[in-house]
Amino acid sequence: MIAVIDYKAGNLTSVMKALLAVGAPAEATSDPDAVAKSDKLVLPGVGHFSATAFLEERGLKAAIRERINQGAPFLGICVGLQWLFEGSTESQDVSGLGAFGGRCECFAAGIKVPHVGWNSLEVKPSRLLQNVSSGEFVYYTHSYRAPVVNETVAVTNYGAPFTAAVERDNVMGVQFHPEKSGSLGLRILENFVRL
Amino acid sequence: MLTKRIIACLDVNAGRVVKGVQFIDIVDAGDPAELALRHAEAGTDEIVLLDITATQEERGTLIDTVRRTARQLFVPFTVGGGIRAVEDAAAVFDAGADKVSINSAAIARPELIGEIGNKFGAQAVIVAIDARRSREGGDAVANAEVYVSGGRKPTGRKVLEWAREAEARGAGEILLTSMDADGTRAGFDCELTARVSEAVQIPVIASGGAGTADHFADVLLQGKADAALAASIFHFGVANVRTLKEEIAKRGVPVRLPC
Repeated sequence: MIAVIDYKAGNLTSVMKALLAVGAPAEATSDPDAVAKSDKLVLPGVGHFSATAFLEERGLKAAIRERINQGAPFLGICVGLQWLFEGSTESQDVSGLGAFGGRCECFAAGIKVPHVGWNSLEVKPSRLLQNVSSGEFVYYTHSYRAPVVNETVAVTNYGAPFTAAVERDNVMGVQFHPEKSGSLGLRILENFVRL
Repeated sequence: MLTKRIIACLDVNAGRVVKGVQFIDIVDAGDPAELALRHAEAGTDEIVLLDITATQEERGTLIDTVRRTARQLFVPFTVGGGIRAVEDAAAVFDAGADKVSINSAAIARPELIGEIGNKFGAQAVIVAIDARRSREGGDAVANAEVYVSGGRKPTGRKVLEWAREAEARGAGEILLTSMDADGTRAGFDCELTARVSEAVQIPVIASGGAGTADHFADVLLQGKADAALAASIFHFGVANVRTLKEEIAKRGVPVRLPC
């Protein structure tokens, strides 16, 4: 079973619906025990980075860390990707998982924020984006972005390049919304589901 | 490169898609779920469903229509009409919407913008502004006025000021409808759109007046809009979205192709 972690930030309906569409019924949960028993984990998220404090408060962060260490595939979406980094200037007192180095920051001045709409990917070989080509479009809506790191497997340009997707072994994240990126988005979710 | 969005708007009355010409003369155009899916498959970047009679008849948004429409839709989906409180928004999100569009209710109680934004994120709140150029003389665009209740009631508020306030209160996007242009198919109000777009940092969606591909290119280039929305032009086969995108790409508008 795929556990979609509900940390009470925004709605999970779209992600649940998209997983169902690729043949992977998922369960929304805020329970660390359900995380421990899951085959795969999805951390969605639209909203403020501070909402991820809920994960620590409810013992979910420890449960996720343990499940990741045991090898369960993990996919963070939007704020869920940002949480994989050390933190975000959006909420200085809440720390992320720290699976990847660096902090998330707001887009620089001079461009419209939030970054809303369909933007293109430049991809490197990865498991998550195995059948995705550079130049294909995905849907974004966010004001903060993660730095480009060694584990970055796709970048998107908005003012400057930022991490569109990150992957190291079983730990993955996407800044865009695969559940809102049409057939390409579903293909990416399917890649994750089949891992 | 971030592309400009082409958004299909489904104006819904009693569970059916309709389209008004300057908000009147309603013609039936079909089932919202079916049309939304058709638009998405054809390459439309986003779908907006507006319950156009909600405020007028004092009833809630048609949750069932939203749920049915969202079921097979995997592109961004916005719902507007009759959202007056956080609970109304929550019901719409629960039914599968990604964003809500608020109009009259935001004018009546501007705190609503922040209330929905705090709970669901700023990206989930679109403030819709129905604008009419001033007829009092002077700068007709700077003095353009906000209307509510489906364009029937003037508010005395200026469009540019209200757009800035909506942004300050946490709106994620502005949906600007020119009531002068709406339904005419004579082109968007580029001047008004550009002024609003320059006044705020958040994306602006232009609406009202779409008739040809050039109209879209004009408002996305000179009008500085981040997205353009239209309803009737798509339903009645005047243009299909792929041809539209290919046409405006030739004018230098970045679009998502192939779609």
